[in-house]
This record gives sequence, C-alpha cells and structure tokens, in this order.
Amino acid sequence: MAYIPSVDLVPRALAGDERAIARLLTRAENGTAEARPAFDTLFARAGRAHVVGITGVPGSGKSTLVSKLAKAIRATGRTVAIVAIDPSSPFSGGSILGDRIRMGDLGGDPGVFMRSMATRGALGGLARGTLEAVDILDAAGYDMVLIETVGVGQDEVDIARAAHTTVVVSAPGLGDEIQAIKAGVLEIADIHVVSKCDKPDANKTIADLKNMLMLGMVAGKPAWRPMVIPTSAPQDQGVTELLAAIDRHRVALDTSGEISARRAMIDERRLIKASEEILRDRFEQHRHGRLAALLGNVSRREMSPHSAATRLIAELGEYA
Amino acid sequence: MQSNGDRIRVIIAKVGLDGHDRGVKIVARTLRDAGMDVIYTGLHRTPEEVVEAAVQEDVDVIGVSILSGAHMTVFPRILDALKAKKADDILVVGGGVIPDDECEALKKLGVKEILLQDTPPAEIVAMVKRVVTERGTR
Repeated sequence: MAYIPSVDLVPRALAGDERAIARLLTRAENGTAEARPAFDTLFARAGRAHVVGITGVPGSGKSTLVSKLAKAIRATGRTVAIVAIDPSSPFSGGSILGDRIRMGDLGGDPGVFMRSMATRGALGGLARGTLEAVDILDAAGYDMVLIETVGVGQDEVDIARAAHTTVVVSAPGLGDEIQAIKAGVLEIADIHVVSKCDKPDANKTIADLKNMLMLGMVAGKPAWRPMVIPTSAPQDQGVTELLAAIDRHRVALDTSGEISARRAMIDERRLIKASEEILRDRFEQHRHGRLAALLGNVSRREMSPHSAATRLIAELGEYA
Repeated sequence: MQSNGDRIRVIIAKVGLDGHDRGVKIVARTLRDAGMDVIYTGLHRTPEEVVEAAVQEDVDVIGVSILSGAHMTVFPRILDALKAKKADDILVVGGGVIPDDECEALKKLGVKEILLQDTPPAEIVAMVKRVVTERGTR
C-alpha cells in the first residue's frame, strides 16, 4: 500500500472526502513532519467554523450532550464535526476511546463527522494535534466544530484558549457552593450546563452555580453574561435552549467585536504551544549531546537547573 | 517537527443482536495495554455504522466480536461496505464462537484472521501487529 503524500490529500479534504479528512486527522494526531506543509495550507483555509468546547468532570454527561447537541445542530440544516478526546494510558501509551458509544444516533448522516482522539500525554484537557484537527474539519467545510475534552478536574482549562464558545457541564451531587466559587474550570464557562436534571439534587447544583455567577456579577451591561441551562437526556430537555444560547453567544461575540480578541488569544496560545513543542523536540535531539553535558554540571551542583536551561536554549539557538 | 509516534488504531465492534460484551472489553483492554488506540463502538451497531466509524476514525483494523451466530451475515456486509467506501485497506479481523469450516469460508471472503474463544491475550496483540505490518504503511 503506497503512502499518499499529505499535500495530495488537501484538495480531497477541502472537497469533503471523508477518507482524506480522516487520514489527515491521523497525521495531525501523530505530529507527522511530512504533513506540516499540508497543515499550513489548511490553516490558511480555515477560520469560518464556529468552534464550541464542551468540558466537565468524567461522567458528567459530555458525550451524551454532544450527541444531542449535534442532532439539534443538524435539525437547523448546519453540518457539524466532533472531536472527542479521551485519555491515553500513562503506562502503555494506549487508550480506549469510548465517546462513540453515546453517539450511535448520529450514524448514517453525511452532515456529521465524528473523530476520537487520545491525549498522548498532553495535559490541560486537549490532545496533541487537537487544534490542527479543528483546522482540517473547519477547512473541510463543517459549519460547527464541537470539541469534547477529556473528563477534567478543577484546573484543565486549555479548551477556553481553543474554542470560541466554552460550555462547562456540571452534574448534580458533586460538592457544595464553596466548590462553585473556587478558581479554575468553572470560571471559563460562557455557558453552564447542569446535566442529569431528572435527578433529585439537581436544583441545588443549579442554585449553587447561579449564586456563584451572581457573586461575580459586575455593574453595567457586559456583552455577555454566562447563564445556567438545566438538561436531561432521558427527558430530552434543555438541548434546544443550549444551542440557542450558543448561537446567541456567537452573535454577542460578533457584535461586540470580542470575537477578534478570542481569535487573537487562540492564535497566541497556539504560537506558544507550537514553540514549546519545537523546543521539546530539539531537546530530545540533543539529549545525548549538549543536554547530557549540561546535566553533568547540574548533577555536580556546579549549575542550577534553571541556569543550565538558560544556557541550553541559548546554545540550541546557535545550532539552528 | 518530529512525529509524536504512529500508533495502531483499532475499532472494536459489537454488531447486531449480541449483548455479550465481556470478551470484547477484555480484548479492548489488552490492545490498550499493548499501546494501541482502541475505539469501542458499544453494542448493537449495524455493519454500515461500523464501517462509517472505521473510516472517520481512520483505523488500521476493525475487530468484530460475535457470539450470536450471525457471522456469515455480518462479516460479508462489513467487507462489502468497506469496498463501497473504497476503504478495503482497512483490515477486518474477528473473534468469538464460530465453527471451523465457516472460519475458513470467511477468510476466503477477505476476513484477515479469526481468533476463537480460547486465544491467549498475547496472541491477539501479536496477530493485530502482524496483519498491520503485512499491510505496510499507507
């Protein structure tokens, strides 16, 4: 079987060919060096889709919600791509990607493209290559791209620097109102969803979140105030409201001009992340050379790790 | 930039009216522990849904677990759906309770390998690696 060059896959992906899109997504995930020029072209062609991030603790109902949301988006005539992320094993590097289990309803619809990605050691809730994946799906013409993060704890907030609209899903029965005013993942929400609202203690979770939002309310009329939307999958409740809120948020971003600030923030984050990745690869290349020499200095306590790192980066620059 | 590393991607599927998923979960776990990315479809999928998922996920291998007796229907439909999508570089393997002569018949149709219920986990891993290596890069 011959290797298809990535640049040859680009026109096929732009025309919506699922196989070409899927193959490019694999190369984004693998960080294939050969595919970089292809990703550059796709990046230049992307920027039209509305990117929505869905995050929340494990088991909060993200996959179920994404499945229902995708159906609601399709009902409005728009197309949708989903990138669903699950964790890689810290031991074997392998993964079990189970988000498709909840998305059985979406089968057979050519207006939906769903892809699972493994984190591959990335922290922060996204996978390596997630944003290149979004570029590919955006350039391929999907109107909306939904990113479902891994189940997060309190502090994995990379999604807010990757999506135009961030939805944080909370489930009833986890923690009190103090959890709700802590810093971290709850702060990044443009929209809060409380899932499983058929459960008895859901009202308390909704009230805690609303109180939290009230404490943070500022005077005046901001372009956007986060709200709390209760949902229930078995009762088919709240998804239409959620899509309406996402669409209103997009309009608010556009009319206030905030969208440019968000795009700039996402681009800045990507630039910094890409720089970090290049550096990390360079370190790996020099592992037995300069890095090993400087490590000797550190081990003998002649140099602190910080000054050795400063020296290493300066020297790598000279080799460039 | 260097590669983050290529990993074998496998979709593990249960098709039709077959609710026996203990074995399939063990297989998924075994392949995960061998460093593969394993997509699990969940129960009660149609052959066409499995193939659509396999294409979108760009897997190397589709592994179908089948204990319902419907293998002579399910496997041909999967192979046909792959051909229809010009995706027959995706390899199909199977596992479960299947009579020996029908295993042979399925292999003639294009199923790469069938491992029966007494296969040790290490053998499953070795088989997946072998068929992917034999196919080569794509």
